[in-house]
Amino acid sequence: MILHELMSYELLRLIWWGLLGVLLIGFALTDGFDMGVGALLPFVAKTDTERRIAINTVGPVWEGNQVWFILGGGAIFAAWPPLYAVSFSGFYLAMFVILAAFIVRPVAFKYRSKRDDARWRSTWDWALFAGGFVPALLFGVAVGNVMQGVPFYLTDDLYPIYEGAWYAKFFGLLDPFSLLTGVVSLSMLVMHGAAWLTLKAEGPVQQRARAYGSRAALVAVAGYVLAGLWLAVGIDAYAIVGDYVTDGPSNPLHFEVAKGGSWLAAYAVRPWIAIAPLMGIAGALLTFIGLRSTREISTLLFSKMAILGMISSVGLTMFPFILPSSTNPGSSLTVWNSSSSHLTLFVMLGATVIFMPVILMYTAWVYKVLWGKVTEADVSENSHSVY
Amino acid sequence: MEFGIVELSRLQFAVTVMYHFLFVPLTLGLSILVAIMETVYVMTNRPIWRQMTKFWGMLFGINFVLGVATGITMEFQFGMNWSYYSHYVGDIFGAPLAIEGLMAFFLEATFVGLFFFGWDKLSKVAHLIVAWLVAIGSNFSALWILIANGWMQNPVGAEFNPMTMRMEMTSFFEVLFNEVAQAKFVHTVSAGYVTASVFVLGVSAWYMLKGRHIELARRSITVAAAFGLASAFSVVLLGDESGYSATHSQKMKLAAIEAMWETEPAPAPFNLIGFPDQEARETHYAIKIPWAMGLIGTRSLTTEIPGINELVEQAETRIRSGMTAYDALVTIRAEREATDPAVMATFEEHSADLGFAYLLKRYVDDPRDASEDQIIAAANDTIPTVWPLFWAFRIMVGLGFGFIATMGYFFYMASFKGMQFPRPALHLAVWMIPAPWIAAELGWFVAEFGRQPWTVDGVLPTAMSVSHLSMTEVALTLAGFVVFYTVLFVVEMGLMLKYIRKGPFQDVEETDAWVKRHNDRLAGRKNADAIAMPAE
Repeated sequence: MILHELMSYELLRLIWWGLLGVLLIGFALTDGFDMGVGALLPFVAKTDTERRIAINTVGPVWEGNQVWFILGGGAIFAAWPPLYAVSFSGFYLAMFVILAAFIVRPVAFKYRSKRDDARWRSTWDWALFAGGFVPALLFGVAVGNVMQGVPFYLTDDLYPIYEGAWYAKFFGLLDPFSLLTGVVSLSMLVMHGAAWLTLKAEGPVQQRARAYGSRAALVAVAGYVLAGLWLAVGIDAYAIVGDYVTDGPSNPLHFEVAKGGSWLAAYAVRPWIAIAPLMGIAGALLTFIGLRSTREISTLLFSKMAILGMISSVGLTMFPFILPSSTNPGSSLTVWNSSSSHLTLFVMLGATVIFMPVILMYTAWVYKVLWGKVTEADVSENSHSVY
Repeated sequence: MEFGIVELSRLQFAVTVMYHFLFVPLTLGLSILVAIMETVYVMTNRPIWRQMTKFWGMLFGINFVLGVATGITMEFQFGMNWSYYSHYVGDIFGAPLAIEGLMAFFLEATFVGLFFFGWDKLSKVAHLIVAWLVAIGSNFSALWILIANGWMQNPVGAEFNPMTMRMEMTSFFEVLFNEVAQAKFVHTVSAGYVTASVFVLGVSAWYMLKGRHIELARRSITVAAAFGLASAFSVVLLGDESGYSATHSQKMKLAAIEAMWETEPAPAPFNLIGFPDQEARETHYAIKIPWAMGLIGTRSLTTEIPGINELVEQAETRIRSGMTAYDALVTIRAEREATDPAVMATFEEHSADLGFAYLLKRYVDDPRDASEDQIIAAANDTIPTVWPLFWAFRIMVGLGFGFIATMGYFFYMASFKGMQFPRPALHLAVWMIPAPWIAAELGWFVAEFGRQPWTVDGVLPTAMSVSHLSMTEVALTLAGFVVFYTVLFVVEMGLMLKYIRKGPFQDVEETDAWVKRHNDRLAGRKNADAIAMPAE
């Protein structure tokens, strides 16, 4: 097949770097509010009916939303195999905890209201809480670790080895900076979940969502700014040194990388990327204001803007790095050395161009069919067809 | 064999995938059966068919969610536990997995919510379309995962790139239209259809034995028996097609399933039963059917199928050739673009055997240093353990023929004998419920255990594919998965049984009223005939 030569390898890598961002952001925008609602569940909903209202606001859509997570895994595997290999084996136990949350959550949604027993229901409510809270926190912790670099190296066979004993590998992830980014990610998704709840629910659930959501928005902004300042003074960045090609074979060992300087230097080189953090901060502040008013649709859009800005700022700041190595910078994964082959990137782009618009279209249709508030009457009348 | 990180990781993969595969076959088949029932409802407008759709749909939902929950693990486990595999073949293997997400998972997961929540929000036809989209989405996911799996069995459309130290795709179409993948896809979805048919048949038979929900049960049996009979034929025929394609792609697997140690003169006989002895390399007390293996495997009377001993000799030759390739690879890695063309040419010539040199990595760090004994040991490693394959295969095939017989019987009784099922037959149908799951798990076992010692046949040994992890980490996650999954399985079985005992509970009044009217109408017609008869 010669067709793929029509697009340069360099361009395809850039597109797939962008698509990696699209997938992560798509995941945070959709499944993000499911996780936020889960983390808020014990706080915004006290009685069984209130809980069922909160759960049924995401009931028909969480399954489709969760596919963003699965697709993210598949797309990283297909487009960035070294990233898939190094990160998931390196963050092994943390990944297991996230998987456990994503295994328990679907079951909790589906099974919670299938028995009337109060203990049965409260057990599944806890599962829904953990299934939202834990991944929302850990995804942020992972971002903090990636920005600082993680301790791995590649052998001559390109076999990835993550250094440290198993407990150090797991608990070592929980350093102060990464915990801060974890809090940012958690509060961002709680804010998003609250914005969703104010749109889809009424009464006490909606009122409490406003209160908790606006506090979460403030925490997200404060944490995000603090993390930015921390990056300016306390975190080393990485840079490729010497000559390199952007369309060569995907082999990290062909590159030389040095540690030092600040990630924020990127804003001097590419000033336009400042739009991302500005969108993040402005979006969260507008969500704070929106949650205290009654403009529910625009509040949800502001919340989406905040997520878009905050997540894309991480990628834009680190470009071209995807996963730097702290102990062996020469093994660092970048856009130019850890993609799939030219042909595979092209084929996968073709599949994405065909299917992504179709997915967005039918997802939009489903949301439209399900448009409207979930009321007390809905959950009591349809006690068998809803959760 | 010592039990190390490779064995523990394999155990975890086997546990998680076989557990996942408890739910998948029923999802594949029941999604279609439910869509068929809803189609009948929309075409005839008879409420009983809507009640059937909702009832079987409820059981589908309870099962579906565990398929989703356990499937999440699978998408990430390659990276977590098989990091070198992910690096080495991700360029090919990742693509079908990602397309599976794009084309199948989004479809089924987005519409499954609407299937349950949309009864009052959608028109009848729109809801029917949603039901079919869920079914199509589920079945598409099987297509893509089997394209990925088919590539592990028969790695076509790819070659090794010494610059990136991995396999890279050379033709997407070869990967897509891999004959092994196509045969496996139809075989696997057919197995799913059989599973769902046996499930629906068994549960309905139980209702008939209890004298409950007779109207629902009779109609369900009709659908399940017709669909199940076609599927049971398909699963056996396409299983045969898989065997035929294995004849040219995975000769060792075929020989091991057959416990055929020596190459037999064509056409080879088929060992019906026997006791394979790995140490002595012979099969005791074998009962052979003359010609059968040659006909099944090669569809000719003259083509020979190589036996295990001959294949081991071939492996030894390829290991030596792989050592030459590895030697050239080390030079290429150091010199990169400046490599002497002669070394490049040597590498090109032997690169297809590079994976065989990796078999030596179990014994020496640098395959070039291997001794003669180690080369012979590595060649012997290419034989999978024969007896479990031999027996698992035979039990699976036996069950396959059992499904044809059962489905054929119920189809005949439903179509021509006015549904007058004898009670023993109904009992048999209930007891049969676990059988398709046993057959499906054995089928997975034969396909994947039979691929050993490779993760990708002839390309990458399992021992090299594993992540750099401690035993503690893998033991912790294995224990975690086992505990989680066991709890979920118990909960799921409890809910399934609760809702089966409860029976259909939606739209009851409307359906019962219709059934009564319908039966009166039928009875009226019969009476009318009876009155009319004497006059003639």
